[in-house]
Amino acid sequence: MNTLTETASHDTEHHHGPAKGIKRWIFTTNHKDIGTLYLWFAFIMFLVGGAMAMVIRAELFQPGLQIVEPHFFNQMTTVHGLIMVFGAVMPAFTGMANWMIPMMIGAPDMALPRMNNLSFWILPFAFLILLASLFVEGGGPAFGWTFYAPLSTTYSGDSTALFVFAVHIMGISSIMGAINVIVTIWNMRAPGMTWMKMPLFVWTWFITAYLLIAVMPVLAGAVTMVLTDKYFGTSFFNAAGGGDPVMFQHIFWFFGHPEVYIMILPAFGIISTIVPTFSRKPLFGYPSMVYATASIAFLSFIVWAHHMFTTGMPVFAELFFMYCTMLISVPTGVKVFNWVATMWRGALSFEVPMLFSIAFIVLFTLGGFSGLMLAITPVDFQYHDTYFVVAHFHYVLVTGAIFSLIAATYYWLPKWTGVMYDIGLAKLHFWCSLISVNVLFFPMHFVGLAGMPRRIPDYSIQFANWNQLISLGGFAFGLSQLIFLALVIKACRKQGEPVPAKVWDGAHGLEWEVASPAPYHTFTTPPEIK
Amino acid sequence: MAEQNSHYYVPAQSPWPIVGAIGFFLVAVGAGNLVAQLSQTGEAGWGRFILLVGFIILLVMMFGWFKDQISESRAGLHNAQLGVSYRQGMSWFIFSEVMFFAAFFGALFYARMISVPWLGGASNNAMTAEVLWPSFEAIWPLTTTPGGTTTQAMGYWGLPLINTIILLTSSITIHFAHTGLEANKRKQLTLMLGLTILLGMSFLVLQVEEYIHAYQDLGLKLDSGVYGNTFFLLTGFHGMHVTLGTLFLIVIFFRVLAGHFSPDNHFAFQSASWYWHFVDVVWLCLFVFVYII
Repeated sequence: MNTLTETASHDTEHHHGPAKGIKRWIFTTNHKDIGTLYLWFAFIMFLVGGAMAMVIRAELFQPGLQIVEPHFFNQMTTVHGLIMVFGAVMPAFTGMANWMIPMMIGAPDMALPRMNNLSFWILPFAFLILLASLFVEGGGPAFGWTFYAPLSTTYSGDSTALFVFAVHIMGISSIMGAINVIVTIWNMRAPGMTWMKMPLFVWTWFITAYLLIAVMPVLAGAVTMVLTDKYFGTSFFNAAGGGDPVMFQHIFWFFGHPEVYIMILPAFGIISTIVPTFSRKPLFGYPSMVYATASIAFLSFIVWAHHMFTTGMPVFAELFFMYCTMLISVPTGVKVFNWVATMWRGALSFEVPMLFSIAFIVLFTLGGFSGLMLAITPVDFQYHDTYFVVAHFHYVLVTGAIFSLIAATYYWLPKWTGVMYDIGLAKLHFWCSLISVNVLFFPMHFVGLAGMPRRIPDYSIQFANWNQLISLGGFAFGLSQLIFLALVIKACRKQGEPVPAKVWDGAHGLEWEVASPAPYHTFTTPPEIK
Repeated sequence: MAEQNSHYYVPAQSPWPIVGAIGFFLVAVGAGNLVAQLSQTGEAGWGRFILLVGFIILLVMMFGWFKDQISESRAGLHNAQLGVSYRQGMSWFIFSEVMFFAAFFGALFYARMISVPWLGGASNNAMTAEVLWPSFEAIWPLTTTPGGTTTQAMGYWGLPLINTIILLTSSITIHFAHTGLEANKRKQLTLMLGLTILLGMSFLVLQVEEYIHAYQDLGLKLDSGVYGNTFFLLTGFHGMHVTLGTLFLIVIFFRVLAGHFSPDNHFAFQSASWYWHFVDVVWLCLFVFVYII
């Protein structure tokens, strides 16, 4: 029991650096190491999922079929969605949580560090299975990331079982990660860190973690029913046996709608951290931000059927889900107005994290507006399953969630590495991303309103010009992210000016009171909270 | 409190999580292959071996992980704050389990309240019923599916009622085992814990009996339409949880015999008992919604 004696002597142990070599990363229980693992994993998955998007855009560059078979195209849209949701955005936010939450609340680590290691390390295996299923005879999952029955039951390939078990593992990982965040925030706050003093990033993650433990098990139930329907003769989603394919959509979207808030609430936390720093003003309306986050989380459980307006629900249900959906714009509006009010008459400066945050506020709001259009039942009948929907959720996920993650990286990267990254490259990355992302997604509104359906490898000739432009924007956006990759690698190799503990002069919070780079162990004794 | 906080316990590196990750990986690959092979050829292929190895690795992982954990706890390295973390972690884990069952209860309610009545023409579906299956009659339990599969319904009298009484009693015995532990009455503790385990095992045996009865006498099978689906998946997942809970209690029983728990330090005992109460409550919901109503 070598480890025992080592931990027994607390003082020496805490001043230990990390273990050497690969063992450090495989056996680690350190929240910073695990955060780093999550972030790199998410970035790699972002590039893999992005490569699939490039295949999609290459095929759609011209009408007709030229590069890939339709079945392979379906696999690309499906796996692109699954990877970006479960492999890129969610792990990236979990990585941010691991790195920042203990430092922000003055805790030495996450509450359950070994489980933390397990929740990371099962993820690469889950994605190995998902990616390997592409090479199974008959191809990988090709039913869309939403795996609607009967596409995933009656009409799916042999790889469906692998898909189901891969999703199970992703779910287990998310649930363990969420339990860890909840327990850390409940139980590990430094004395004096009262609830209403917590940084908003901590608050938003706290609420997100509750969404995760409430809905990831429901996803597990949904994939289990798909498995038994496909392989064991059950008829949950088969009308001949008394079930209903629409029931699948209800169960899936009961998970799926809170899931979209799982991917955006931590982003709200990040923006609420960055905007005050570069406005040199405290966040406008802190308590209302907390209550708005909680309201959004609550409402997210009673709006799921707005994804299903065209399935023939009773009119009462259509109206209920329409009104509840529109209600979400109230707390979301509170947030947007608070960010703008924080900037109002502030001493603004436009460092790179702030640039991405302002882009977030403008473009996420745009995505929110198209969401309002989609929420209106009668017009949704027109927009449903068109590129308008694709435009909507890419505005909220790419210029929303992903932009916030990039902003967070530019904000905290100096704290993680101890050096300032190449600001010129960062600004280049910002402007390339900002322009190309709009060239990529904005025209999707036009082709969608004109009736171009999503998830189809071919299209009518009148959509050709816009699609060419969209594809060019897509390639440019993909290439722009390589600038980011180069910049991060440079910073990780410590190429840059060393930075002080407080990297940004307007920054507040405990993470700026520890040295840069943050020592391997921080707050082994709790800090003083004023 | 102040002293507690200056004494954080951060556990050392551990090899067990990565072992567990490999176990999960093999279980997923093995299960995925097994299921696909079975449906294609009707024979279990190489997937079952991978699945088996995966399960063995998971067992070894749990054994090793808990062994380290127990010796650390007995060496006095854990503090009160960590105990709170464990308890909170366990309770939110149980909450996530509740949500897993909620998905299947949701499917049951949807089938009963919406999909079956609609197939029979309720709401504005008269034409659907007329065009698809005009002779279909919407009743619950669904003894004849629209497609024509027939089965008999499972009553609640007899085995299910006995099982309900057994589980309710076991919830009481585990409670008295707990009070025995807190009052340091070791005899009451071992007796009541042993009784709980026996009751859990009897429940499982009777559940197997019930399944045999369903398959052989009633023709109620996993594939006999949405009534059979919800019946077997709900009771089946519950049965799996009872199995896990019983194993959990058996481990706790041996730890009690080894003198591991003290009146104020018994997290493992407490979480096993919470888990057992959870399994019990799920059964009560099952009994009401699957069997009686």
